[in-house]
Amino acid sequence: MRLRRKTFDWSTILVTVCVLAAAAVVYVRDGWDRFAAVFFGDLYIFLDILPKMAAGCLIGVFSTLLIPRETVVRLVGAESGFAGLVIATFAGVIMPGGPVTVYPVAAAFLAVGADVGAALAFVTSWTLLGYARALVWELPFFGPDFVLWRMAIAPIFPLIVGLLGRYAAKALVARGIKL
Amino acid sequence: MAIAIGALLWVIVAVAVGVAALKSASLVETGLWEGAMDFLRLTPRVAIGVIGSGYVAAVLPPEVLGGLLGPKSGLMGTAIATLAGAFTPGGPVVGFSIGVAALKSGAAAPQVIAYTTAWALFAIQRVASYEVVAMPARVVWLRVICSIPVPFLAAFGAMLIGKP
Repeated sequence: MRLRRKTFDWSTILVTVCVLAAAAVVYVRDGWDRFAAVFFGDLYIFLDILPKMAAGCLIGVFSTLLIPRETVVRLVGAESGFAGLVIATFAGVIMPGGPVTVYPVAAAFLAVGADVGAALAFVTSWTLLGYARALVWELPFFGPDFVLWRMAIAPIFPLIVGLLGRYAAKALVARGIKL
Repeated sequence: MAIAIGALLWVIVAVAVGVAALKSASLVETGLWEGAMDFLRLTPRVAIGVIGSGYVAAVLPPEVLGGLLGPKSGLMGTAIATLAGAFTPGGPVVGFSIGVAALKSGAAAPQVIAYTTAWALFAIQRVASYEVVAMPARVVWLRVICSIPVPFLAAFGAMLIGKP
């Protein structure tokens, strides 16, 4: 995920306020020993994850530099049917970048003639299987075991969403509702 | 396992740098610089989220969270987690911090997976601020509706395989 070019944002401020309040409660209620135990326990987890986070950031940036968006669009626009959904899912996995770049690419699929199902499968796949988000955000917070098992379950979901979307789109168009 | 993943990530970095070097030296420079900047921007956020979630978990009453989202909360817990994910505002720091804090204070992994999956797929604020502006609105809402079963299926999948 491309990070927003701000050192601090409202989300982070909100989390910081909650954390400081919770830390104060722990200190007043449970005393210094418990306060320190929580701090050093989680500090260890944080330090352990730092090198992986650094690698994640570099992979995110280099894939954005090395995989041109046009290639991904061409890949998906050319196929239809179930194969189209599979390719859209694959494109979501390899697609670098964050929400600012991904949604316009999905819109481009529709523009070059890919069906709604493929666009939906692509967005779902990028969301659930995209390595950028997983490496940069999810891995530091949850650790590799959690992320790997979550992802092991996920590959079928873009196909399900794509198929549902395709049938729903057909039904809507048949009723004269334009998507 | 964790060490192997760390090593694998750095192998991927090395390959990416190698491929970039074949194209041009300036590409390598740009990549390393931007990657380092992203890392520096990310570090304070993750530090606050990861270290802070321990404190948030310590003040959350485990019996309440364990009851709502614990291993025995089943379909109801999954539904609560899914709704919470849809209505979580803000960026990744908020969503992931809440997920980790819940996990530390008694929520079960399938319910937390449902939460992060719902949040990732259809957090209403993100859909409205990023997706609707870039894609036809009807396609976006169609995607959201088709995605509603996914957090439930993900939680069910996690229960089925008994991991993580």
